[in-house]
Amino acid sequence: MLDARAPEESAASEPSAPPEAGSARREAVRGQGRIFEVFRRERKGQPFQHAGSVTAPNERFAEIYAREQYGRRQESVALWLVPRGSVSEIDEFPDEFEMKYRRVDGYSIKARLHEARERAGTLGMAPGAAE
Amino acid sequence: MTDTRTKEFLEYVQAGGQVETGDWMPDEYRARLIKFIEMHGNSELMGVLPERDWILRAPTLQRKLALTAKIQDEVGHAQLIYRVVEDLGKPRSACLDDLVAGKAKFHNVFHYPTRTWGDVGVIAWLVDAAAIVSQKALLKCSYAPYARIMKKICWEESFHILHGRDVILALVTGTDEQFGLVQEALDRWWEPLMHFHGNPIPPDEDPMFVWRIKSQGNEDARQQFLDGYVPQIRELGLEIPDPALRKDEETGTWLYTEPDWEKLRAVVTGHGPASAERLAFRRLSREHVAWVERVVLAEAA
Repeated sequence: MLDARAPEESAASEPSAPPEAGSARREAVRGQGRIFEVFRRERKGQPFQHAGSVTAPNERFAEIYAREQYGRRQESVALWLVPRGSVSEIDEFPDEFEMKYRRVDGYSIKARLHEARERAGTLGMAPGAAE
Repeated sequence: MTDTRTKEFLEYVQAGGQVETGDWMPDEYRARLIKFIEMHGNSELMGVLPERDWILRAPTLQRKLALTAKIQDEVGHAQLIYRVVEDLGKPRSACLDDLVAGKAKFHNVFHYPTRTWGDVGVIAWLVDAAAIVSQKALLKCSYAPYARIMKKICWEESFHILHGRDVILALVTGTDEQFGLVQEALDRWWEPLMHFHGNPIPPDEDPMFVWRIKSQGNEDARQQFLDGYVPQIRELGLEIPDPALRKDEETGTWLYTEPDWEKLRAVVTGHGPASAERLAFRRLSREHVAWVERVVLAEAA
């Protein structure tokens, strides 16, 4: 099936090509307009979450389609529509120095706490001090 | 498919790893995803036709509204699913072209006619139940955008099953004639239901399982369906038309008469009792709405 694709169709198979590769191409689905990413809020107070996407010739149609596909059954209290090309993605977070001092797993206080309690003579009072 | 990158990819998905649209993926994986997901989209779209026949004939206004809502859901599923296929590289218009040209498949159960209101109940209850077994297993699909869409679909399907069960319960508690409608429909639908999850190919030989597009084998799915629904069917006093059907209490597996797998192959390749009629209808409606598409797209220009 894939082998039979015409060259211009295979362009659409690289929707995540970097923007410099041509964001217009990235957004377009041949013959159907633009791709809009849909974010939905399920209940008040909750964050918007990515739900999927719709293709539409313009924003007005995108709104109609998104409402129909993501809000028809009262499953959302609000929707955000964002043209795919307007989304900037960052997906690399190098951590060469393993800065563990910024994380809870960077600390091991068990031994030190034991020593401190011993010194203060409060070992018996501490929870779980039975050992 | 044995280069290092592909091998690493395979190990990744087999260990439960998930893939996003923009990630690198082997060509074979992409091709199989498109074929599988496209068939799912086609099935949602073709699946509304057997039920559509009964909107005008539904016995009460409440049933008419529920059936219409169910059909609206299924078309919505087709929209969501075709969108996933588009991001993989095949435009929706190409999917629809292939569908009406008879080049693409759709699920076996949608190649059969709906003769009575009993059929509508059996479809909404048991066909949807069989479908939800498959779809729940797709929540773990290695292709994440598809898995996420499946969450929404499963949520909507649960109403369909309940609606179907309610239709069935109303009929089996009615007159003898009404009970008979359900039994007669079940007699006709049992074979397609046994075909539904496919032939019992071992998971390790099923490319869809190997790539973790599906997370369970065909026979596992069928066993799960039988386990959940045979007792529910029998408790209503309905008879399943397979004298060999029973659960082996020792192994916990269901034994049944081997379905005719050649027949399944014939049905899904367009030789089912209603295949030609359904495709002709889909072709006709595509022609009828073509002007709408043109108007909408003119707005984009």
